[in-house]
Amino acid sequence: MQKSNSNDPSKPERRGFLETFLGISVVASLISFLYPVLRYVIPPKQAELGSDLVLAGHVGDLKPNTGKIFPFGSRPALLILTSDGNYHALSAVCTHLGCTVQYRSDLREVWCACHNGTYDVDGRNISGPPPRPLESFGVMLKGDEIYVQRQRNA
Amino acid sequence: MGTASNLRNWLDERFGWDQIVTFVRHKTVPQHRFSYFYFLGGMTLFLFGIQVVTGILLLLYYRPSPDGAFESVQYIMTQVRFGWLIRSIHAWGANVMILTAIAHMFSVFFLKSYRKPRELTWLSGMILLFLVLGFGFSGYLLPWNTLSVSATKVGTDITGQVPLMGHWLLIFLRGGEDVTGATLTRFFGIHVAILPGLATMLIGLHLWLVQRFGMSVPPKIDAEWTANPAKVHEVRFFPNFFLRELMAWYVALAILGTLAAFKPWELGAKADLFASAPAGIRPEWYFMFMFQTLKLLPSKFLAIPGDVLGILAFGLAAAVWTLLPFFDQGKQGRGSRWVAGAGVFALMYVVGMTVYAYLAK
Amino acid sequence: MQENLLQPRDDSRGKQMHPDDNGAVSRVLFAPLLICAALLLLSPAAAFSQAKNTCIACHSQLDDPLHVNPDEYAAGIHAQKGITCVSCHGGDPTADDMDKAMSKAAGFKGKPERKAIPAFCAKCHADSAYMRGFDPSLRTDQLAQYLTSVHGKMLAKGDDKVAVCVDCHGVHDIMPPNDPRAHVYPTNVATTCSRCHADAAYMKPYKIPTDQFALYNSSVHHAALIDRGDLSAPTCTTCHGSHGAAPPGVKSVVNVCSTCHVFQAQLFDSSPHKEAFDSLGFPGCITCHSNHGIQHPTDAMIGTGDGAVCLKCHSAGDPGFEAAGAMHDQLVNLDSTIARSDAILNRAELYGMEVAQPKLQLADARDDLMKARVAIHSVQTAQVDVDVQASMKVAQQTYQAGLAALAERSYRRKGLFVSLGISLLVLIGIAFLIRKLETPSHE
Repeated sequence: MQKSNSNDPSKPERRGFLETFLGISVVASLISFLYPVLRYVIPPKQAELGSDLVLAGHVGDLKPNTGKIFPFGSRPALLILTSDGNYHALSAVCTHLGCTVQYRSDLREVWCACHNGTYDVDGRNISGPPPRPLESFGVMLKGDEIYVQRQRNA
Repeated sequence: MGTASNLRNWLDERFGWDQIVTFVRHKTVPQHRFSYFYFLGGMTLFLFGIQVVTGILLLLYYRPSPDGAFESVQYIMTQVRFGWLIRSIHAWGANVMILTAIAHMFSVFFLKSYRKPRELTWLSGMILLFLVLGFGFSGYLLPWNTLSVSATKVGTDITGQVPLMGHWLLIFLRGGEDVTGATLTRFFGIHVAILPGLATMLIGLHLWLVQRFGMSVPPKIDAEWTANPAKVHEVRFFPNFFLRELMAWYVALAILGTLAAFKPWELGAKADLFASAPAGIRPEWYFMFMFQTLKLLPSKFLAIPGDVLGILAFGLAAAVWTLLPFFDQGKQGRGSRWVAGAGVFALMYVVGMTVYAYLAK
Repeated sequence: MQENLLQPRDDSRGKQMHPDDNGAVSRVLFAPLLICAALLLLSPAAAFSQAKNTCIACHSQLDDPLHVNPDEYAAGIHAQKGITCVSCHGGDPTADDMDKAMSKAAGFKGKPERKAIPAFCAKCHADSAYMRGFDPSLRTDQLAQYLTSVHGKMLAKGDDKVAVCVDCHGVHDIMPPNDPRAHVYPTNVATTCSRCHADAAYMKPYKIPTDQFALYNSSVHHAALIDRGDLSAPTCTTCHGSHGAAPPGVKSVVNVCSTCHVFQAQLFDSSPHKEAFDSLGFPGCITCHSNHGIQHPTDAMIGTGDGAVCLKCHSAGDPGFEAAGAMHDQLVNLDSTIARSDAILNRAELYGMEVAQPKLQLADARDDLMKARVAIHSVQTAQVDVDVQASMKVAQQTYQAGLAALAERSYRRKGLFVSLGISLLVLIGIAFLIRKLETPSHE
């Protein structure tokens, strides 16, 4: 394809330079394309569990008859360990005006500090302004990990 | 070196390597004032390749169910390293590819490359264009945000207006009466399996036909060259044309990267099947001209619903357009000018309607 | 109770008690005998009661003050339970002749005097055994409560301008209180009370303000009840009582407010303000928040600046003044920190960065700010600090997240420019190669 130019001593140098330059820059460009792809295929540390399943805590985090708030997707949720050893998980968003509720060990009920609404540990609204029960979630134990899952409706 | 020629022998004995090399070496591309349009086909192919690669990468993390689709795309955009880049390139790439596909189609139309013996190239190309629009429509639903579900509802509603088959088509596309998770599963299968399978076969056919017949020379140029053989100018495909095409591909990739970095594709809000449709839903730009036409049609015309009339008209136009080579044999003369005129009208209509649709919002 | 009678109302107040009679045709009739007889054939009376009811047949065609809207009457709770005109007014509902229908012989009692109404209604409503037959959960202490109320006491002294049963509940259109059409349904209560209490001319002899209704309408409680439909929001009767209506005493205002605003009341009770207010005879809560026209509190209300309620008592130099200023600063600082986080996250979002998670975390910070605003009722800066610190932590975390998002954006752009730079070099290289291959000295 290329005739050798022995009558033009300067050309071979330039030819070599151009090819080398092009070769290097092409390889560099390919690296700049492949680098993101390789980083992409390596899975991130935080494996996605899905919006419906969240790790709420570990066994031993809660003493009996206490509760704790944990993030469930984008909203706060409440995990309660009642004195009979059962876990209950509820949405912690009060159905009255959206304040975050808490578990009251003394009342053994879920209570909202904003306007004194109360719910039982299954989320049913007992007294005060709340018009609807709190959404209740399923709790699953895997080893010492406590998973909370949104209940699937039929 | 010995190893290079040994390798060449090995390949030749099994794949006919030498034949391929000789063919590529001798392949030429006509050089004239319209030659730049020759880039469009290769560009569309390159962008298709980008879509396949980025699409496969997205497949590593995407989950095609209403519970997981939005979240998995969110995960890709926020947690996966360079996920934002892959996803935005895929979304922008789709739009750029559709643009080049349409431009490629119009340039082939106006340069009259569809004439004998290239009728099947045109036919396979038109089917590919429809497949590409199908890719766009099916892919749009996959992120499962409010915009995609609404647009899918509207689009499949319009499909349901087709006479006779409409309702069956709607059920087939939606996997039921309404747009639900079943629709998502279906569109996913269509987008990653059915359409790619069909497209691969048709691209293979299309490319083989292009190699077989070589690049078409527009009639005017052909006439000039026949009259004056000295004017004939052809360049070698490899390396001359290919190097230029490579430059164009680098530029295209640079544009996609810039779009991804400066204007990432938005995530939106997760679709809520029970919420009422947001105001002002509209399809993507490549469907806008049809959407706007349907909006302008009267609700009834001689007892036929306006929508049905519009769909039939577009269907007829598409059929005529696809079968174009069988109408226009390429003979010079009035027939040929009519076709060109119709093409100009079609292009202006599509562009005009699209612009109008956006201005009218 | 068949002995008790109600005569048609002849005072002007009667006009206001009746709802619009859109349904009834208003005709001026001065030959009731003739018309009654003729209309009997067309009367809708038969529709709602097996028995003939000539009372309604005539009175539905008459003008105020003798008018009775037949549809409202039929929908009312008394008619629904079979307690009809006769039950209260006596008379003969089957007689077509007016004189016969409203004759003493038929037991007609006419309209009771206003002073007699509470006792009249109580003949049934205070009889537990009788009311149990209709609804065992109904209270029967309304009269007893009424007698303790301001209205009841003044009525006993002979003032019949005050409210009696029918002024609030209606006369012939009485609905159960939980029916949205009732005059005493929560969303209607304030309007019902305002009929007297916002009428300056009517209230003149009593020398009490008449701006309560207007003030209440501008309040957050009104907004909650009427605009948001939150039936748990207070209206007049929530704080004043209904049958036993009286303004809460100075000492008991806090108790009234604390039925909902528990936390604030608890904090107030354990704060130095309780003793101070008690000794000065100031009511809790309303001293700072007012009673009827309660506005949404702002951070400006606390502190030492314009609009601060603390200045009512405190002045420069006293520890309360210092505390007020300190708490104000705490809240304002926190608010601006949260606003700063919000701004940077919005900016990042505008640039296309995904910041949904930090934005939701910021909601937690706002929750804590709200708690801090409750904590100020303790008037202890240390107590307020608990919530402020928690919130600050989250606000700062989200601010960092915003910074990280912006940094990521810079990183992306830098990466892009590097990649573009390399691509440019490739393009230049290819261009030169093409030029080299195609200049005439090479083939």
